[in-house]
Amino acid sequence: MTWQVNRGKIVYSVSCIFVVFLGHLEEDREQCDSEQRVNQTATMEESKLKLYSSWRSSSSCRVRIALNLKGLKYEYKAVNLLKGEQFSPEFSKLSPLNYVPTLVDGDMIVVESFAILMYLEDKYPQHPLLPPDLKKRAINYQAASFVSSSIQPLQNLVEQKYIAEEVGSDEKLSWVKHHMEKGFAALEKLLKDHAAKYASGDEVFLADLFLAPQIHDALTRFNVDMTQFSLLLRLNDAYNELPAFQDAMPEKQPDYLQS
Amino acid sequence: MSSSSKLVLYSYWQSSCAWRVRFALNLKGLAYEYRSVNLRKGEQFSPEFKKLNPLCFVPVLVDGDIVVSDSFAILLYLNEKYPQNALLPSDPQLRALNLQASNIVSSSMQPLIMQSILKYIEDKFGPAERQLWVRHNTEKGFQALEKLLKDYAGTYATGEEVYMADVFLAPQTAVAEMRFNIDMSKFPTLNGIYKSCKDLPEFQASVPERQPDAEL
Repeated sequence: MTWQVNRGKIVYSVSCIFVVFLGHLEEDREQCDSEQRVNQTATMEESKLKLYSSWRSSSSCRVRIALNLKGLKYEYKAVNLLKGEQFSPEFSKLSPLNYVPTLVDGDMIVVESFAILMYLEDKYPQHPLLPPDLKKRAINYQAASFVSSSIQPLQNLVEQKYIAEEVGSDEKLSWVKHHMEKGFAALEKLLKDHAAKYASGDEVFLADLFLAPQIHDALTRFNVDMTQFSLLLRLNDAYNELPAFQDAMPEKQPDYLQS
Repeated sequence: MSSSSKLVLYSYWQSSCAWRVRFALNLKGLAYEYRSVNLRKGEQFSPEFKKLNPLCFVPVLVDGDIVVSDSFAILLYLNEKYPQNALLPSDPQLRALNLQASNIVSSSMQPLIMQSILKYIEDKFGPAERQLWVRHNTEKGFQALEKLLKDYAGTYATGEEVYMADVFLAPQTAVAEMRFNIDMSKFPTLNGIYKSCKDLPEFQASVPERQPDAEL
């Protein structure tokens, strides 16, 4: 199950006269390439990048946003988590930890969203994911780490079979929701003196890549009433305006609802 | 040791997350003022501490007018502000490995065995279930780490120098062994790394029992 993703053409080909058939017609590609250069600031790179991802994985979503922001084309390799495809011999060979997301960049294989984001940041510096100011960087690291170690792991508890056998799913869900809300309340406090249009100012940085998928999940999977978190809700509205974010969301992925 | 007298670390002797930062500060030769936050007494919820860190966690590092909470964020901050004895190697593969190993500990292991979750499990199912839960999640994490590092580890996690992976691994291994009775001989790579770290004066100075607020 592989999809050649050419999101730049889908997003930016509005002014193309001809309908673009993905990856086929050279003339159209050249015309739309020039449209892309006019319409976006980051250049789309021909890339040997592959992302092993699941539509439902919020950590994969973080990486998808980063790839979009940096204008990096990649091949989307869907991994069906419910069918256990992460344990297939093929995937295990590539990624012995059986984790998504896994990024393949030529000979380099990187696992785990934070490591992938830092790798992308080092190798493809366009559209930096971290601000130059150290104080702001620290805020971004804190928000990112807090989401990935204090909020997102709790979601996985819902799926953990061990606890599912013992506890009714309603009770578990409400307990997870309670802790998620506590986490969001803390994030609001962390960011309130730093946020502007986005989490740490007027530009998108690392914190936003972690917040967007988490808020999305809270709204769509855990029924969290986000109106009690006005800052996060406002940030979410801002993310909804950005194609790089929207194109990364679960509903837009090739394997949406197929697993 | 070079001194940076404005560094303040809010810590608790038994917190494995604070332990990581103590170890890292020692590795970088950074002096700091130790301020105890007694988690048992709930001091992390005091209005004063909440003002400093609304997340109510230790560790918190204060460096002049910069306040950083969360051990992972603190280590990244320290590494950028005080580059001596780098916590991340320059080689991209090894760099990524260190970040991965650190995140496995900080996102997949420690959060699932933090006190609030253990209390929930114990309240619901009793102490035996709690122990099973700890063992299950700790061993799962260590299995992943063993796989991740077995082809790269030398004296330390990713070779012959101490880096961020070691800073996360050593306290986690210590806690697993001493507090949760995990049999580390099942994880020879991790066990070897832990033994190497135990020989370091910087690690020895960071252990819980040597902290000012240790209750022995």
